[in-house]
Amino acid sequence: MSDPDLATPFRERASRALGDAFLKEALTIATTKFITLRQEAFGDYPEGEELRDRARAIKEATLQHLDQHLERLIDNVERRGGHVHYANTAEDARRIVLDIARRSGARLAVKSKSMATEEIHLNEALEAAGVTPIETDLGEYIIQLAHERPSHIIAPAIHKTKGQVAELFARELKRETRPDPEMLTRIAREELREKFLQADLGITGANFAVAETGTVVLVTNEGNGRMATSLPRVHVAVMGVEKVVPSMTDLAVFLAILAKSATGQKLSVYTSLVDGPRRSGELEGPEEFHLVLLDNGRIKQIAGTLREALYCLRCGACLNVCPVYRQIGGHAYGYTYPGPIGILLTAMLEGPESVKDLAHASSLCGACADACPVRIDIPRMLIELRKEVVERRIAPWPERVVFGAFGWLLRHPALYRLSAPIARLLQRPFARGGRIPRLPLFFGDWTRTRDLPIVAARTFQERWAELERRR
Amino acid sequence: MVTCLGDLFYPEVGERIVRLLQRLGVTVEFPSGQTCCGLPLFNSGHHDEAARVACRTVDVFAGAEHVVVPSGSCAWMVKHEYPGLMTDAASRAAAEGLAARTSELSQFLVKVLGRRKFQSAVEGTVTYHDSCHLLRGLHESQSPRALLRELAGARFVELAGADECCGFGGSFSVRLPEVSTAILDKKLANVEASGAACVVACDAGCLMQMRGGLSRRGSRVRALHLAEVLDPDRDVQ
Repeated sequence: MSDPDLATPFRERASRALGDAFLKEALTIATTKFITLRQEAFGDYPEGEELRDRARAIKEATLQHLDQHLERLIDNVERRGGHVHYANTAEDARRIVLDIARRSGARLAVKSKSMATEEIHLNEALEAAGVTPIETDLGEYIIQLAHERPSHIIAPAIHKTKGQVAELFARELKRETRPDPEMLTRIAREELREKFLQADLGITGANFAVAETGTVVLVTNEGNGRMATSLPRVHVAVMGVEKVVPSMTDLAVFLAILAKSATGQKLSVYTSLVDGPRRSGELEGPEEFHLVLLDNGRIKQIAGTLREALYCLRCGACLNVCPVYRQIGGHAYGYTYPGPIGILLTAMLEGPESVKDLAHASSLCGACADACPVRIDIPRMLIELRKEVVERRIAPWPERVVFGAFGWLLRHPALYRLSAPIARLLQRPFARGGRIPRLPLFFGDWTRTRDLPIVAARTFQERWAELERRR
Repeated sequence: MVTCLGDLFYPEVGERIVRLLQRLGVTVEFPSGQTCCGLPLFNSGHHDEAARVACRTVDVFAGAEHVVVPSGSCAWMVKHEYPGLMTDAASRAAAEGLAARTSELSQFLVKVLGRRKFQSAVEGTVTYHDSCHLLRGLHESQSPRALLRELAGARFVELAGADECCGFGGSFSVRLPEVSTAILDKKLANVEASGAACVVACDAGCLMQMRGGLSRRGSRVRALHLAEVLDPDRDVQ
């Protein structure tokens, strides 16, 4: 599902983001901190590199037999008294959750942070059905109050400064605030505590689900995930099908690298293993537990060009190191998942046409692939997407003409050599002191902020020909 | 291999490399018919065109014992992508042969020739920008630094955020010029804060981007190719 904002071309959305001084400040501080913490975490952990290889291998092998692992997961969840639902599309998933809400008579739902529910735009659907969703992750709570979308996979309010949050709380919650993170957190905690106690429904995502035990795993830092899964009468977890891991031993591999990659923590503060509804004799836990398995274009990609994107753990490390993300933030991308991995996930969910511009929102510097805990070769897949755009002829025609002509020229060296004297003639009116400060048309995009070098009086090939003659 | 940007915009870099290599006892040939390695076509998704260009380039360099490339990105294209673009076994074998014989300049000097001590052609402090393809594509960060650290007559300082992209990215710099410039501004702020008189890089793309930005802001810092700081005519004193 796209946003109204998408009517504006990506380049313009990005430029607008560049002009936002608050955004720049917030992004610089947060991404720099994440990068440093991640480096320190792996620096203290020499076995990390090998674990990254193992994690990747587990993902590869699991996808190979995804049907079997899902069947095992379903069996084990049901054996423990949970219900499993399979959603082919985002619409299916919304309908399933709404049915559960209706049957349980829910009016208020508390949610822990979940990109899968963002992906299916669940909050809007709940509101339309008369169920009030309350986000309980602090970052999600902030952006829900601001009526915005997450701009980062693990830090949804990364685009806001503490000053902006203080103003937001003052306006929306009618409380006295200062730009003091501790005070702001205390306010959110007070507001949310009431909601947890009133809610009839707890909605979460899932970082993993262990097939051999039927356990849903939530990795959080605020404890809100645990409250959402234990206080309300009914718990629904929405999870992409690719999140299944075969065994507890496999889970341990992922837990060892996930938090390090995401926030630089050895482990997150809470790792909650949810084993379905409360059993007799247990003191806490929901009466009902539902697991919604979401396909939404994923299964098709197991055999597709974007297969590796299904390894993604949603840690956000690729966003933090991406020079483009660090400049423009997440909203400019325009879809649920921002950053380098977000472009791939958007292509998966919305089709390659949707990313014909976004596929070029990367200098292909490779920092993302280096930071990825499971070594997803994101630049390679961005190039594959660009290729798909070219081959399906959805690239704009001037681009096809320019690259076609360029390719032809490169195969005709005599004409290629002739391009130098022609360029020297053409550049004459624009050259100033050995550089070109301004060019018209399409080239003006370069020279608005940077000088261009001039084509040399004699190219290397011309000089070499002369050297040869003299020999 | 002179590369397209090296041929058209920075022929003096190519000349210096020839002088430097000749002085080190290397016989330098320049096979005719060189154009561009095809990386811009490849990165923009025009893989059929890129494959045809790659086939030509493999032929052009068929007779060379070693192929020295002054740009990390072009070296990466040849070494990393050429074989995969070929459609039949014979061309793939030829492309793999070329890949194995190809080195980026700093790698050739340090790893093939085993030379690290040079007289500096510039005075003062130099710093180094890692080009993305050399660093993360060819996993090379040490050869250029070894040469710069041992440079007689100049002092080497590390650049903050040396491994971060300069914002060039080929067609990225024209498709999204505003973002490209914002990334460049950050890089140049670090360059200026380093106190170095020049920033050295091993890629014509990064140099075009950084020089373009430095000259626009009227900076006194120069962006130079590695070959421009190694004196080709003087032995280390």
